[in-house]
Amino acid sequence: MEVAVLVKQVPDTESLLQLAGDGVSIKTDAIKWVMNPYDEFAVEEALRIREAHGGTVTILSVGSKKTVKTVQTALAMGADRAVLIDDPLAEGGDALATAKILSAALKDIPYDLIIAGQRAVDDDNYQVGSAVAELLGIPQISQVIEENILDGKIKCKKVLEGLTEVVEAALPLLFTTQRGLNEPRYVKLPEIMKAKKKPLDVKTLADIGVEPGTVGAASNRVKITAMKLPPERDAVKMIDGDSVQAKAASLVKILHEEAKIL
Amino acid sequence: MGQGVFVIAEQRDGAFRKVTYEAVSEGRRLADGLNSDLTAAVLGSDVEKIAGELGKYGADTILAVDDPALSDYSTDGYTNVLSDIIKAHDPKLVILGASMQGKDLAARLAARLDTGVVMECIGIKIDNGKLVYTRPMFGGKIIADVELSGTPPIAAIRPNVMPIVEAPKSGVVDKPVVQAGEIKTSVVERIKDEGDKIELTEADVVVSGGHGTNGDFALIEELAALLNGAVGASRFAVDEGWRSHGDQVGQTGKIVSPNLYIACGISGAIQHVAGMSTSKNIVAVNKDSEAPIFSKSDYGIVGDLFEVVPAIIEEIKKINNI
Ligand SMILES: Cc1cc2nc3c(=O)[nH]c(=O)nc-3n(C[C@H](O)[C@H](O)[C@H](O)COP(=O)(O)OP(=O)(O)OC[C@H]3O[C@@H](n4cnc5c(N)ncnc54)[C@H](O)[C@@H]3O)c2cc1C
Ligand SMILES: Nc1ncnc2c1ncn2[C@@H]1O[C@H](COP(=O)(O)O)[C@@H](O)[C@H]1O
Repeated sequence: MEVAVLVKQVPDTESLLQLAGDGVSIKTDAIKWVMNPYDEFAVEEALRIREAHGGTVTILSVGSKKTVKTVQTALAMGADRAVLIDDPLAEGGDALATAKILSAALKDIPYDLIIAGQRAVDDDNYQVGSAVAELLGIPQISQVIEENILDGKIKCKKVLEGLTEVVEAALPLLFTTQRGLNEPRYVKLPEIMKAKKKPLDVKTLADIGVEPGTVGAASNRVKITAMKLPPERDAVKMIDGDSVQAKAASLVKILHEEAKIL
Repeated sequence: MGQGVFVIAEQRDGAFRKVTYEAVSEGRRLADGLNSDLTAAVLGSDVEKIAGELGKYGADTILAVDDPALSDYSTDGYTNVLSDIIKAHDPKLVILGASMQGKDLAARLAARLDTGVVMECIGIKIDNGKLVYTRPMFGGKIIADVELSGTPPIAAIRPNVMPIVEAPKSGVVDKPVVQAGEIKTSVVERIKDEGDKIELTEADVVVSGGHGTNGDFALIEELAALLNGAVGASRFAVDEGWRSHGDQVGQTGKIVSPNLYIACGISGAIQHVAGMSTSKNIVAVNKDSEAPIFSKSDYGIVGDLFEVVPAIIEEIKKINNI
């Protein structure tokens, strides 16, 4: 079973974000970069699939020099090899541009299965996985919490609102991860050292046959024109009272009479 | 640029999802602003009988696409049919709900049409004839304005944000002939969640519990039921196995924007707040007056939730004469 995993490096979810001077991006100097949490599920599941069915796990990422660290984390978790597309001409591309690069790179990577995160927690696009599947002409299953591979077919449990569906398809296929799929393993220090010896190919757009103008910022279908911090809420109104009952009564009165929500 | 606004309606088991009414209402508002008309499409089997209902919210025309091959949602079948219809129709803009199904479809459809898409859109405005879309990024820590190119642009709107407005139009129902094409996946089982629960992302009221509940969600459930709301949970509560993954609110859980969000025994970690910060009114109950959740709330009560929540329940019953 050849499994390719799409991994993105994102700001740690703890990061406090500040707007950059251009007004359409964030300051990146003080940010701690980590693997997208949904991609951790993807790597973990790929490793479990390899344990059950054999084969190799290949990590694929579009990023920059600093992305090497995240890719190495995936290798330290146990992936066999990695391909990182690092090219200044790819910078600033939107989700569709990223998907075009990933799908071009996947022409040289054997796969029976591709696993991606449902979304990257920076752009929150929910898009790249589906777009890669479309560009490769393979089916997709989103938001998977359980999978089962048998005789060249995969059966996935996916969650919808108030409903779980079991969906089946023949491989090759791409699925995206949802929380509940697994608990990603912790990486131990010796593994990080070992991972540095695993094959990591850094490639340019030319290496994978992508024409520069077709990806990167100039190709974007989605253009961010302004970024702002969310509007501040009015200061919290702390409800006082002599007793718990008095506090509760005063809250309910406010919600009922002032905020008119009860 | 094409003409008209096009809404993809989502139905399940013969009933429209709430976000569909929101999408049609928003579509009507924009169609009026752009001096154009509104077409909605609903796919499934036997959907003709519900299609006309969308006229009430402002659809001029409704395409009822009835095909047994479309009775279960499939990314392939729905993308095949809708990309054909949309190409033929050539709208200025496509709107759909950012439900699980809607996001799956919007992403694949945008790739097929090589066009721009905005997910979890919370606002659309017409600025000098140009459409500008607002969306949260970084788990709501940033709000961005974006412009889309490609034909047509696609906006998947976050459930529960845009108002449902009745604006009756003729709502003529058409039945286009379509090709579902090759569908490579099949639904082999559908397991409904137990009970008659209100879906978290659609609920008007969400009552959430965290670590502070110590695993006892009885009071949280009772308050939610009393307010006709849904129960949410922090990741701590989910990781402990007190609630299922589907109840988790936050950056790696569901994003909710109810009219009223009540956080009980939740500290207010940045990843939790990411999932509820667009709620219209936020109430926090926490025994620690320094808990960060208070700075994200409109109203706060410092106290033990096991005392405060029963008192709130009692007071609500009083005003409702229960
Ligand atoms: C990558 C990543 C993603 C994450 N995603 C999410 C997410 O999607 N959603 C999420 O919720 N978290 C998420 N987290 C976890 C988050 O950082 C917090 O750990 C979590 O939200 C804490 O849950 P809690 O508030 O229930 O528990 P705690 O932080 O332990 O807070 C419990 C609170 O309850 C109060 N309390 C205790 N007893 C009582 C009582 N009897 N009455 C009243 N108050 C009481 C305490 O004062 C405290 O403030 C994520 C973390 C990471 C690293
Ligand atoms: N630059 C990237 N490199 C590799 N994979 C990516 C990249 N961007 C997004 N992905 C994959 O696509 C998923 C969804 O991302 P998004 O559509 O941006 O929310 C992520 O969880 C990754 O699996």
